[in-house]
Amino acid sequence: MSPKQNNIKTFLNALPKNIFSGFVVSLIALPLGLGLAMASDAPPIAGVIAAVIGGVTVSILGGSHVTIAGPGNGLVGVLLVTIATLGLESAYAAIICSGILLSILGFLRLGKLADFFPSSAIQGMLAAIGLIILGKQFHIMLAHRIKREDTMDYLFEIPFTLNDAIHYENTGLIFAALAGLISFLIMIFYSKIRNKYLQLIPAPMWIVILSITFSYYFELVAHEANPIASNYMISGIPQFSEIISQIPTVNFGKIGSFSFWSSVLALTLIASIESLLSIKAVDKLDPEKRRSNVNRDLKALGLATIGSGFLGGLNVVTVIARSSVNVNNGGTNRSSNFFHALFLVIFIVLFSTQLTRIPLPALMAILVFTGYKLASPENIRKIFRIGKEQLIIFFVTLLVTLKIGLISGILCGVLVTFIIHVVLNKSVSLFARNWLKPNVLMFQEDDHYYISVKHFCSFLNYYKLKDKLNAIPENEDVIVDFSLCQFVDHTVMENLNNYQELFSKRGGNFEVLGLDLHDTDSKHPFALRRLLPVPNVIKNSLTRRQKTIEELSVSFNLNYKSQKEKQTLFLDNFLFFRTKQINHIYNQLSNQEQSLNVFDIEFSEGEFIAKEVVRSTMLHIKLNKDIPEFTLDREGFLEKIYAFTGFKDIPIKNHSDFSNRFYLLGEDTKAIQHFFTDEITHFFESNPYYHIESNGHDLLVFGRQRLASIKELKALYDFGKRLYKTINNY
Amino acid sequence: MSFTPFKTIGLGIAFSPNLKANLYEAARLSLFFNAKLVLIHVGSKSEDKIKKINTILDFFKPENLDYQVIFKSGNPVDVILNASAEKNIDLLIIGAAKREKLVKYYVGSIARKISRQAKCSLLLLINPSIERLSCRHIVVNGIEDPKTQQTIETAFYVGSKLNAEKLTIVEEIKQNEIAVKVDDDKSLRHANIIKQRLRQRENSRVNHIIEDLPQEYTSNITVKSQPIFGTQGYSIGHYAQISRADLLVMNAPTKTTFWDRLFPHDIEHILTELPTDVLIIQ
Repeated sequence: MSPKQNNIKTFLNALPKNIFSGFVVSLIALPLGLGLAMASDAPPIAGVIAAVIGGVTVSILGGSHVTIAGPGNGLVGVLLVTIATLGLESAYAAIICSGILLSILGFLRLGKLADFFPSSAIQGMLAAIGLIILGKQFHIMLAHRIKREDTMDYLFEIPFTLNDAIHYENTGLIFAALAGLISFLIMIFYSKIRNKYLQLIPAPMWIVILSITFSYYFELVAHEANPIASNYMISGIPQFSEIISQIPTVNFGKIGSFSFWSSVLALTLIASIESLLSIKAVDKLDPEKRRSNVNRDLKALGLATIGSGFLGGLNVVTVIARSSVNVNNGGTNRSSNFFHALFLVIFIVLFSTQLTRIPLPALMAILVFTGYKLASPENIRKIFRIGKEQLIIFFVTLLVTLKIGLISGILCGVLVTFIIHVVLNKSVSLFARNWLKPNVLMFQEDDHYYISVKHFCSFLNYYKLKDKLNAIPENEDVIVDFSLCQFVDHTVMENLNNYQELFSKRGGNFEVLGLDLHDTDSKHPFALRRLLPVPNVIKNSLTRRQKTIEELSVSFNLNYKSQKEKQTLFLDNFLFFRTKQINHIYNQLSNQEQSLNVFDIEFSEGEFIAKEVVRSTMLHIKLNKDIPEFTLDREGFLEKIYAFTGFKDIPIKNHSDFSNRFYLLGEDTKAIQHFFTDEITHFFESNPYYHIESNGHDLLVFGRQRLASIKELKALYDFGKRLYKTINNY
Repeated sequence: MSFTPFKTIGLGIAFSPNLKANLYEAARLSLFFNAKLVLIHVGSKSEDKIKKINTILDFFKPENLDYQVIFKSGNPVDVILNASAEKNIDLLIIGAAKREKLVKYYVGSIARKISRQAKCSLLLLINPSIERLSCRHIVVNGIEDPKTQQTIETAFYVGSKLNAEKLTIVEEIKQNEIAVKVDDDKSLRHANIIKQRLRQRENSRVNHIIEDLPQEYTSNITVKSQPIFGTQGYSIGHYAQISRADLLVMNAPTKTTFWDRLFPHDIEHILTELPTDVLIIQ
């Protein structure tokens, strides 16, 4: 057996899936690329160039598996300043230099750079970037172009723009503002509608398609000019041939100036932070549980940035929203990144004239939504819940970033964090004396890894702990002991929480010890704060639905638990949840033997602007025997498309009706065909449709991806009871 | 029995509140090891002082403790070092100070100077007590070094004399011995294979040392070998602390220069934060 050939074979098998997901990603990458470039005051095509160069280079040379590279939203703020101070041609030179620096970071293995920043400071910086994007684009979204010196002024002007928009008299402006408003509403409500046909095309592409259709309607059907004011349409999208002939000149004339290098540094810093954070987040979503080679990715991103800069594109970074779309649409390896670039090229070649039919406000609505997501009140609430001092760090970073600049902002964040740590511990010497000490000890004991941390563990020396943690395969058992550690900060706790999730997803076990010890042990007078997420306080008042469920539980003799439960390990090995994050389950209704359990669940798929939070009602059946793993769903149009991309429907003999109506998937075809006996097949044929999934010993059953009504809940439970009986009888 | 590493035990004394505890510890050890106890006091001789020492050590009279007191004034470091050379002291006991309020011990500046320059073995005591606290768990270093053989031998000797229950030999494997940097799954697997190999190599090396030891030292004690990956000298202290060891036995450093103090390693780490009683074998 030659493993090499096997690799090629699995690669080819996965190829259709990756082409498909690359296509879906390109649908979101096109509008985002145009929008991000315009938001940075660069020509719109620059964003697409960055995505194409990034997609090709990183897919070939990169070290991560399911990430997508392209222009990043974090860089908008820096690029704006860079282009404003240096001019476009010198800005390209700065982009090239930052690409070189980024590769050097990769070669020096400095992928851990991002660990040196406290997470609240990074949050503050990202929120500031969000506000910069939001503040600037909000006015264009409502067709009210203004120019201000200070980023804060843009934010303060928002009410005036709103007021102006209500009183527009020019129809061109009214239509432009309407296009912006409708697009913004699409962005907000898209994730609330769970329809698989609608969801196939990402929201930004719907906006593009609708606005192009709108424009064609006026041209071809109504025979009128487009009512949207012409200066609010996208301009400057070149033909494909023009892109190649008009490669911008890069001007290295300002390479000696201070402002040039401060721009380069800011670009490199933000590009690396954004990429590293994204890679970390996407690794958690990877269905095949691989580990990304961060340093190799940095090298590839740097190289891509250099190339992109020379061809007139923006910085290339790893982007979270597009990567998560990639994962959700079945991307399994780097080829999807490549195909996303390829489809972008095809779009530009075929449709570059159509793109000029997109109204600017519509495109900017996408960016306003992006900015809002970065600076959303939800984030602030989360930080506040962790602690008031985190809020101070957050706001100091935010304000300094807005007022002065990104680098000063993040540096202030670091400084404030350190001062707060010193004040909380009432000791500088704790940090000064122990900063450089190798305070982390790891050894293997019996069959688990034991890590003990001494003195203090904060963003200053977290990288030492991280080094050790990274040297452990994620399917092992780990104990991290802080009993000798006087102080653990929020950054570390948050990262440990990430490790905990990662380990439990990959079959390992990750335990943190010794933190609660400090609170009680009077011998250690340590001012230690414990920041592990605490379960929510139990709510006493039940909603009407909950009361009805409670009544139901009494009459059916079931157990009812309304509280949120975070421990959802039993759901982890279902295929459905591989690429999804379960937030919690609640309203659990289970029978006395605990074999049937109906519950409401909140989970999310995708990240950032592609994030969708879904609440649904599901049924978990614990079987007392082993069955093959399979997924059973209703057969529809989409499944026929999936069939092209490599999923194969398993036919059941003598039940053509079943095979036509149901879509059955699984690895072990023989065992599944054996399992689907006449009796079981008849049961499914004569009962309502549900999505049913088996993980070998448990079943997961659910209908629509929304909360079930009481009637539906009863039906689901009844279905489960009869299914349980049918399977156990056979 | 030929192997008696400690024939003369030295103790620097000051007339502090700790005097009694220090004397008791030293006297007990001398009896355990059948050694002569030499008490060194930096200062002038006086009847009062001799009387005080004698009353304290009266407790050990029935067990025939052989001791001697030296009085000499001058620079404490020089006095103690010279006296230990003169009297052929092979184990010098030094008391450690407790850092204010915190439960952390460190070696005072005089004691630190002595421990850097001493030609004999050293025992740093963090918590001298009048009552005997049993020594149950001994941790000894097993790094690859010509001195290690003797250190482990001595640790077993001390263990059998003090009736320790458990002895752990810790092999510190330097980070740079693992040639692979962990980047992704493949390099992680590779690194783990290398670590496994190093672990086995170290275990077999230590086992060889133990096999060569006389049976009477090794038979009554549970021996465990634990490879750890970390900074040499520092990690073993950390390990001794979390494994609640009562005594840590280490090789003496090869040499200490000014740079070693600036960029602390090995013994210097241990001196700044004593995890437990430490025995440094010369």
